[in-house]
Amino acid sequence: MSGQDAATATTVNTTVTAMAAAPGPETAEQQVPRGIGASVEATDTRAKTEGTFPYAADLWAEGLLWAAVLRSPHAHARILSIDTTAAAEMPGVRAVVTHADVPGATTHGRRIADRPVFAHDVVRHHGEPIAAVAADHPDTARLAAAAIAVEYELLDPVTDPEQAFGAPALHPDGNLIRHIPLRYGDPEATGEVVVEGLYRIGRQDPAPIGAEAGLAVPRPDGGVDLYTASTDPHTDRDLAAACFGLEPDRVRVVVTGVPGATADREDAAFQLPLGLLALRTGCPVKLAATREESFLGHTHRHPTLLRYRHHADAEGRLVKVEAQILMDAGAYADASAESLAAAVAFACGPYVVPHAFVEGWVVRTNNPPSGHVRGEGAMQVCAAYEGQMDKIAAALGIDGAELRMRNVLATGDLLPTGQTVTCPAPVAELLRSVRDYELPALPKDAPEDEWLLPGGPEGAGEPGAVRRGVGYGVGMVHMLGAEGTDEVSTATVKVVGGVATVICAAVDTGQGFGTLARQIVQEVLGVDEVTVAPVDTDQPPAGPAAHGRHTWVSGGAVERAAKMVRTQLLQPMAHKLGMSTELLQIQDGRITSYDGAFSMSVAEAMAGKELWATAQCRPHPTEPLDADGQGDAFVGLAFCAIRAVVDVDIELGSVRVVELAVAQDVGRILNPRRLEARIEAGVTQGVGAALTENLRTVAGLVRHPDLTGYALPTALDAPTIRIVKLVEERDVVAPFGAKAASAVPVVTTPAAIASAVRAATGRPVNRLPIRPSAAVASPNS
Amino acid sequence: MTLPASLDEAVAALTAMPAAVPVAGGTDLMAAVNAGQLRPAALVGLGRINEIRGWQYQDGHALLGAGLTHARMGRPDFAALIPALAAAARAAGPPQIRNAGTLGGNIATAAPTGDALPVLAALEAVLVIIGPGGQREIPVSHLLAGREMLRPGELIGFVRVPLLHAPQVFLKATGRTGPGRAVASVGLVLDPARRGVRCAIGAVAPMPLRPLEAEQWVASLIDWDGGRSLAPEALEAFGEYVAAACVPDQGEPVAPGVLHLRRTVAVLARRALGRALSS
Repeated sequence: MSGQDAATATTVNTTVTAMAAAPGPETAEQQVPRGIGASVEATDTRAKTEGTFPYAADLWAEGLLWAAVLRSPHAHARILSIDTTAAAEMPGVRAVVTHADVPGATTHGRRIADRPVFAHDVVRHHGEPIAAVAADHPDTARLAAAAIAVEYELLDPVTDPEQAFGAPALHPDGNLIRHIPLRYGDPEATGEVVVEGLYRIGRQDPAPIGAEAGLAVPRPDGGVDLYTASTDPHTDRDLAAACFGLEPDRVRVVVTGVPGATADREDAAFQLPLGLLALRTGCPVKLAATREESFLGHTHRHPTLLRYRHHADAEGRLVKVEAQILMDAGAYADASAESLAAAVAFACGPYVVPHAFVEGWVVRTNNPPSGHVRGEGAMQVCAAYEGQMDKIAAALGIDGAELRMRNVLATGDLLPTGQTVTCPAPVAELLRSVRDYELPALPKDAPEDEWLLPGGPEGAGEPGAVRRGVGYGVGMVHMLGAEGTDEVSTATVKVVGGVATVICAAVDTGQGFGTLARQIVQEVLGVDEVTVAPVDTDQPPAGPAAHGRHTWVSGGAVERAAKMVRTQLLQPMAHKLGMSTELLQIQDGRITSYDGAFSMSVAEAMAGKELWATAQCRPHPTEPLDADGQGDAFVGLAFCAIRAVVDVDIELGSVRVVELAVAQDVGRILNPRRLEARIEAGVTQGVGAALTENLRTVAGLVRHPDLTGYALPTALDAPTIRIVKLVEERDVVAPFGAKAASAVPVVTTPAAIASAVRAATGRPVNRLPIRPSAAVASPNS
Repeated sequence: MTLPASLDEAVAALTAMPAAVPVAGGTDLMAAVNAGQLRPAALVGLGRINEIRGWQYQDGHALLGAGLTHARMGRPDFAALIPALAAAARAAGPPQIRNAGTLGGNIATAAPTGDALPVLAALEAVLVIIGPGGQREIPVSHLLAGREMLRPGELIGFVRVPLLHAPQVFLKATGRTGPGRAVASVGLVLDPARRGVRCAIGAVAPMPLRPLEAEQWVASLIDWDGGRSLAPEALEAFGEYVAAACVPDQGEPVAPGVLHLRRTVAVLARRALGRALSS
């Protein structure tokens, strides 16, 4: 009896073991995520975490020379003379180039060619390049650059954008870069409640983790190859070729190891001297910027002054918004015109406003240059209109979330530009989600938890002086280039021996385009192994990595190309079976007919075949804003709502963000893990803009261009980020229905934090970043 | 770059190369070199000198090696001896900086925001300077104020700090939750044996400031033999007293920045004294 029992038991055990063992490999296989909607690991994750990812600063070539750039120590000065003799005579120096050595166009610019390659008559900002040196050692190059004698006549810098209108022209193009007067509705309309506010937004720096670096290698045909971490290689190639006086096909930009980009990367002031020096010396030339040069060289977020007047009725519904927006472009135009368009168009936020009158200006000053940083324009106005919403709520005694809820925009509503919102606009749902999400516990309700007080661990914070505040921000951005930009991208998909390759000049800046391209091809063709070719300008253009473009246009192009390959693959089988290719489907690595009668593995079908297809994706056209700021200027919009919970030490004014609850309109989730990471990154950048990040200048000179003086959020500053809702309403015009996810949290976070600090302190909080002196309150208020 | 193994060797190396600059953790010096502000002809590395990497006891005092890192000073055994210096060391930047930066380097750099400095000033620490002519002692405040300077070939060898066996507090206000430069800081120590309160404010001036009158005033209010407690109004008044002494008016109207700084100093001083008396 017992023996039999034992035998049975053994059998059962064996079976269990066998069952557990058998599905093992299969489960493991299923666990490798693939295709759209799966958390596919980013292509470069391993290499970046293990330290083997080749960044641009790691480039090397036999016999390379080192470059250094001489930059202006003044914000505004006339150059009387430049003497390079001493520098050129230093041992080890191979070439010195100045304005006089630029063979082609002497000005450049990604949007408007208004920026000199090297300053020659006037310097217009601190850090403007004046000359460059190539030498056989980086120290020699730097010493030689310092040995260039430049005689300046100092000019008064124009640093207050309000003074720019009346100041002497800083540039032949004048000081006013763009003025948009937006007129929408009845100027005489008034509301029962009128609130006014003046808001100031500081200068956020994109502060990429890796500073600018590159290598230029001269070619036997008289051209030059530029290895840089460019985010817009074809534009960079074109402007480099123009400055070098070469045909565009003689210059090749090879994109190498982008160390993260939330703005335009690789300041042309690096690439152009590099290329010139390589052409001049006939040797490869490398340049790796110091952190200080990086801060001085690249463009920043536009510092903005905003004056608002909101009219609302007694129920808190908006009647009219009047606003004046003044953006500081620094000395050169760059992306300023586009940033202003976004600021003016979104000046009222994702709210229904029957009457709007917004005047926007962007002007030249001698401050550090401004340009594209994600969420530009939209971020500055969001902080201001949300401040106004808080003021209306306070004036009417209505809860801030409720007041916003009464005004939210929805699909079918009009923007103040007259454009109808045709894409999903689930603003009410987003706001409701964050409002209804459970609030984090107060320290007194959860005494066993460890509490981080404002001021940090072991800091000066004292629980008795800490007040908690809850605030809301709702923000919006546009996707893709606006106002008639031709947003086209081209991609090629090839399949050889069952391995697919994507060739597309869309730069993976960390946004995960390479991973997305793999997912798309896996989804459409059912192949596992997909590689993404390195990007260079021999490939057809894909445009800049900005405004969530690549997910949309480049992703769309990859999908189309992959579908064309799919047709090529399935056509012969469909023909043989006498059915159309639509009746065949590819799933789990197998091709099956609709009735299941035909089944074949993808690998088998692809054996011995080489399939290629190239396709383009071009979204529907947009139009420029007209003289009244009206027009269908945007391809698509994305929205986000954030509830911020902050603790403020009201005696010291130190702020700690406890939690940010985020609800975002994402269209469709293509890769859950990556999406979360993008939202968290955007929110954290927004925390920096709200509390610490401001590149300070005094009389146009940048103070402390280093990471001690410019305080980025650390792990202790980053709050708990709860993504409480991702609304998936597919945008029917977007490929996959997905919306850009990175920029809108950056736009919304500072507004939400400012709102929460207002709630905690009762102070107006009308300046970003929020300074401790603005968050000090008396304990009785 | 030479790497002497003892203080005597280091002094000899510095005497032999008068242009050489001593370097310990390098957290300030090398940043200046990288920024092109300094180009030392030679460096004398102090990292291998074991005699200055620890501490010893000397009749009621601790003789701290100048090569003690912030990380080492932040540990509990050190915190039991000189709590305020340990707290300042833990607040002095991110772990990478604390692992490299040293006590002596903090004094030699004499940055207004140096976190150890207000604590050393409050403790009335004495520097033991080693030089070609032997050793001499100078109060830390004399060096920081520039009343006495290091002579050629001299090094900060040790820092003598009294062991007070009483509560001490270091607090600093920064612009963020993560490690940051002090906007203002305070080191405050109780000295029951001498019935004194000693306090120094950092970061608001080129060197730590001692509000001597405020110290004497508040020490006279404390019942040193009893519970050592003070009424909230007295703490408040002490804070105001310290702030008025350390952040002077710069003409009328008082700039908003000055007002905020004064308020911050008042809050820090009040909280520091409150914590010292209640612990």
